[in-house]
Amino acid sequence: MTAPSRTRPDQLEPAPDFSRFSWRALRQYYRGEFAASVAVNVAYRGSVGIWVVTSVIQPIVMIVVWRTVAGPTGMVGGYTAGRFVTYFAIMMLVNHLTFIWLMWEFEWRVREGTFSPLLLRPIHPIHKDISDNVAYKMIGLIGILPAMVILIVAFRGDLSGMDPLQLVASVPALVGGAVLRFMIEWVLALSAFWLTKTTALNNFYMSVQTFLSGGFAPLTVFPPLIAAIANWSPFPWTQAFVANIAMGRTTGASILYGYGVQAVWVAAAFGLLRLVWSRAVRRYSAVGA
Amino acid sequence: MSQELGGVAGRGRLAHGWTIVATYLRLGVLNVAQYRGEFFVALANVITLATQFVGIAVIFANTSNLGGWTPSGLIALIGVYTILSGLIAMVIQPSLQQLMEGIRLGTFDFTLTKPADSQLLASVAVVSPAQALNIVFGAGIVGYASLRMGTTIGPLQWLYFCLTLVFGAVIVYSFLTLLGTCAFWWVKVDNILVVFSAVFGQAGRWPLAVFPGWMRIVLSLIIPVGLAVTVPAQALAGGLSGWLVLGSAAVAALFFAAARAFWKYALRHYTGASA
Repeated sequence: MTAPSRTRPDQLEPAPDFSRFSWRALRQYYRGEFAASVAVNVAYRGSVGIWVVTSVIQPIVMIVVWRTVAGPTGMVGGYTAGRFVTYFAIMMLVNHLTFIWLMWEFEWRVREGTFSPLLLRPIHPIHKDISDNVAYKMIGLIGILPAMVILIVAFRGDLSGMDPLQLVASVPALVGGAVLRFMIEWVLALSAFWLTKTTALNNFYMSVQTFLSGGFAPLTVFPPLIAAIANWSPFPWTQAFVANIAMGRTTGASILYGYGVQAVWVAAAFGLLRLVWSRAVRRYSAVGA
Repeated sequence: MSQELGGVAGRGRLAHGWTIVATYLRLGVLNVAQYRGEFFVALANVITLATQFVGIAVIFANTSNLGGWTPSGLIALIGVYTILSGLIAMVIQPSLQQLMEGIRLGTFDFTLTKPADSQLLASVAVVSPAQALNIVFGAGIVGYASLRMGTTIGPLQWLYFCLTLVFGAVIVYSFLTLLGTCAFWWVKVDNILVVFSAVFGQAGRWPLAVFPGWMRIVLSLIIPVGLAVTVPAQALAGGLSGWLVLGSAAVAALFFAAARAFWKYALRHYTGASA
């Protein structure tokens, strides 16, 4: 029998209330935070450059492997060697614009207690993460865009089937994919509130994500069962879907269908994010605080 | 007493060196009992192996051979990759991290005062035995692949496999030590190690044969991870000629000598963080 004064910790501390905010304040906050993040990324441009170099390695290897599978004249899953080059080059850009690194950072945030000042601000911490992310992506583009062009030229990518209208249609898909992936991976990052070591979970997630999102191969080369599993998961809708529109492989009504799938997944991920966040933040007690 | 002293000098530095390695291994085992969570990290790496197998299945659903490699050959290659990456994660990488940290904070100076070879001490300073699980799994995968091939692999090819696997480990160790030694000049070299892990983690999982000519040269002689992984797997998959074994030995000897010379050169120019 526990003493009546002892209650469960989640009844003791109410979760921080971030529901009251003004759009004007939020806009001002984003402007300031974004400028600060850009300045930080410019200051550490060396590290940004290194990360750009590392993100080029995976597409190069995938291009080399699938080019070998297709052979100089053959075709695999509707892809010739040249189409594989274009696919992985575009996927590199899509991956750069959608990935987040926060699941690697949250473990440290929780353990070292650096999350505490973020919670004390009268604004939801996710806004800082969003604006840091966008700033990093902008600076990284300076390296990724030329790298994409070099890949396509050096490995003789095939650009047929691409047209301006398709490229325009791929922009909303890219935004939807980025929002969806941000939410999924932010929820994953919140696992740090329960686990003290998140490396194992993150490695597991990354290997599944790379595979199902189309980072390992276009979904059309998968055996039907694996392709079906991938299509029922949210992952291809964050990446392969965008690349397929840009390459002109997904057209017309399929694009609208894809937007719809993205919207459903975003809604589901948003619900999950709110639920997990409200529980996570109640659990939080900075170690050492 | 005098006999004992003579023992250290006479019985050879090799035995002394082995005592050091064994001591650090024991410390590592004690550590793993303390932080059991790390064991699960190693276990999760094993789960990621599963996606690699699915990847191989996807590739061979579309083709019968990849640059001359059969599915069994590629599985053997993944086994070799897993063994080498386990070795990196078990002792090479954590020790290098500690070395870089030590140079930055000045604690490396204590290592230098110890009466043993400083490179050896720095190379085995941290052992995380949980990662040995990866080595065991890698060996299991190699065994499975060799059964799956259907052909009997002669004792000579097994000998070549063991030899070139050791050479591969020496190559990877020497290359990482070369990179880590740069920390004596540039304090922040973590980023270079990140690039290495990306090259090893991506390019090391595929046979050299799929790469175009200039990349094969880079992955054999400049960042020799392709050589380190492909050659042992080749011994099982298609057979190695003695020349390739010799070539692999030469590359390993060259990189080891370079790492040794660079380490000594770095120490001569090291003034200590506190000085």
